[in-house]
Amino acid sequence: MGREQQQQQQAAYTVEQLVAVNPYNPDILTDLENYVNEQVSSQTYSLDANLCLLRLYQFEPGRMSVPIVVRILIKALMAMPATDFSLCLFLIPEQVQMEEQIKTLIVLSHYLETARFRQFWEEAAKNRSTLEVVPGFEQAIQGYAIHVLSLTYQKVPRPVTAEAINIEGLSLDKFLEYHVANSGWVLKKGHSRSQLMVLPRNEFNHPELKKNTVDGMPFEHVTRIFPILS
Amino acid sequence: MASSYDYDDGSLESRYGRPPSAGHGGASTDLGYDPNFVPDSVKTFVVHLYRHIREKNVYEIHQMYEGSFQRLSDRMFRDNPWPSVEAIAPYVDNDHVFCLLYREMWFRHVYARLSPTGRQRVESWDNYCSLFGVVLHGVVNMQLPNQWLWDMVDEFVYQFQSYCQYRAKLKSKTEEELQLLQQYDQAWNVYGVLNYLQALVEKSAIIEILEREKEGLEQFTATDGYDYEGGTSNVLKMLGYYSMIGLLRVHCLLGDYHTGLKCLAPIDISQQGVYNVVIGSHISTVYHYGFANLMLRRYAEAIREFNKILLYILKFKQYHQKSPQYDQILKKNEQMYALLAICLSLCPQINLVEENVNSQLRDKYNEKMTKMLRYDDEAYAVYDELFTYACPKFITPSAPVLEEPLTNYNQDAYRLQLKLFLYEVKQQQLLSGVRSFLKLYSTISIGKLAAYMEVDEPTLRTILMTYKHKMHAVDSDGKIIPNADLDYYISEDIVHVVESKPIKRYSDYFLRQVLKFEETISELDRIKLD
Repeated sequence: MGREQQQQQQAAYTVEQLVAVNPYNPDILTDLENYVNEQVSSQTYSLDANLCLLRLYQFEPGRMSVPIVVRILIKALMAMPATDFSLCLFLIPEQVQMEEQIKTLIVLSHYLETARFRQFWEEAAKNRSTLEVVPGFEQAIQGYAIHVLSLTYQKVPRPVTAEAINIEGLSLDKFLEYHVANSGWVLKKGHSRSQLMVLPRNEFNHPELKKNTVDGMPFEHVTRIFPILS
Repeated sequence: MASSYDYDDGSLESRYGRPPSAGHGGASTDLGYDPNFVPDSVKTFVVHLYRHIREKNVYEIHQMYEGSFQRLSDRMFRDNPWPSVEAIAPYVDNDHVFCLLYREMWFRHVYARLSPTGRQRVESWDNYCSLFGVVLHGVVNMQLPNQWLWDMVDEFVYQFQSYCQYRAKLKSKTEEELQLLQQYDQAWNVYGVLNYLQALVEKSAIIEILEREKEGLEQFTATDGYDYEGGTSNVLKMLGYYSMIGLLRVHCLLGDYHTGLKCLAPIDISQQGVYNVVIGSHISTVYHYGFANLMLRRYAEAIREFNKILLYILKFKQYHQKSPQYDQILKKNEQMYALLAICLSLCPQINLVEENVNSQLRDKYNEKMTKMLRYDDEAYAVYDELFTYACPKFITPSAPVLEEPLTNYNQDAYRLQLKLFLYEVKQQQLLSGVRSFLKLYSTISIGKLAAYMEVDEPTLRTILMTYKHKMHAVDSDGKIIPNADLDYYISEDIVHVVESKPIKRYSDYFLRQVLKFEETISELDRIKLD
């Protein structure tokens, strides 16, 4: 078991090296495809390697494999809020983007980009077979949903949260307990007797906390006038 | 829109030159062009140039390269190519490297003034392979002006882009041309281009040089890459440096913005550097950097860089009026104004734009910008128009399929990028409405705002979250950076708006003035009054 893991680690190491040192090389195409499958099974992610593979597909359209592209796109969706999904789309030719599975993923990405979580989860439920291929998908999207919520809200009502992360009832209670314990959430009572989640303070939902960079000065600039002052 | 984009090297591209007997494909006209005739002025030119190169007299080389070459081209070679390299070789001791350099200039002239044939394109590729091969072997021992080295890399990428466009227009090709494409399928293949650029970056160890420079162990930027004392060759180093910019450009043409920015990462464009010594490289770098950031939704960063370069061009363009790149400078200037207009419509951060640049921008695009902010059908047409005008000429890198039916697919790459861009714009459609309402309030309840915007509450919540998501980009280190000038947070049901006002930067102002006056005082001290 340990050796397998080690071998896996070694293989990943060399793929990353390949991408860094010799990316414009059609021979590494199969290695990169295997690496994608590895990312899926070991729940890791490498944008550079995937972009490299999509580029090689662009150079040799005959060798493109739609299932691999689908997996790359799902992985990219999981990387939100980073723009990885659009980056991948830029490299995929239009005809390939017409494939059913990819069209579905584009719709899903659209819902996520416009924060339409309810529609997203509905659509995702309809396409379970496509998304099941990649473990960890649900948790990644829930992480993104929490991220958007913490950008926007100081205090968010319970129904909004439930819709965003697609958890209800007892599981939601457990989820909230976990975050209260680990991420600094606080549960309060709102004025319509619904539960409220107070999200941790950060500089986005508390703009006054934003570091006042306006009149700040990097130290190096100030050092420029030291010779004059002395 | 398609017609204004259609990239054409020249009007009569399907002209086929003489069959290769003299070694260089036919010129555009057979009238009186003899590739073996060498006028006296050309003789003197090559002899002097050769001597200056041997003596490493960079200043003279630059004068001849920028000045004499252009003058002779204007006077004698307006419609014809220069004499063939075989004709001039005897005057320069048949020096192999000089011949390669001469041929590079020869092809560049053909591309600029005439219309290259398929065979000439292939031969130019061979020439670049030989030239870069020689450089990579490390046997080149000369110092050349940066302008020339930049032009080499720039032209290399440009000819690649041009060839991809040429190759993709299959419908109008003659039998001979198609055969040529099939026979020389290795010419300008994308692997070759990328690998040459990559090899130049690696072999020159330019990244290590830049790293060491940061620690003060190396003099690179200070001497503009030249070696005044040691006299070692600057060719490989500078080609490596410019190849980083070349890689950024090629990746943008392929639509891979992330990798393009990564290739440029060793160069810190917030500082002065060798990249802005040659104005062509400065503009090209910032243009592609800004465009990549625009596609990555990092609008604030793009606006900042466009602002800087447009200000620079405004101040300094008069000095370049006589230079052969003047037209290119003006064209890129206009394109960057268009991109700036797009960025500002998607992310209104007008305080990032300097006054003069802003007034120029308003002159050109005021009407269009108001239209874009409305987000109706007309707005999309304007976005389309500006994007088409300002975008790089995207390419399809794969080899053409030379079977029936032959199609023109040179526009495919561009259409894809445009479509995805407009898709992004559409997603931001409802945001400007939110922005205009929130500017008027410091707090407002969700219910009221929903009523004003004529949407229901859940929809409004999604819109508010979308605004927050779109206006916070993820930069290359994974950090979240806010882009917008208008920010807010929601506390249960109330939206609290926080607007950041531009504040005068006193400390920066004082620092700059202190340094300036200190300089003036020391100048005055140095003047000795007799």
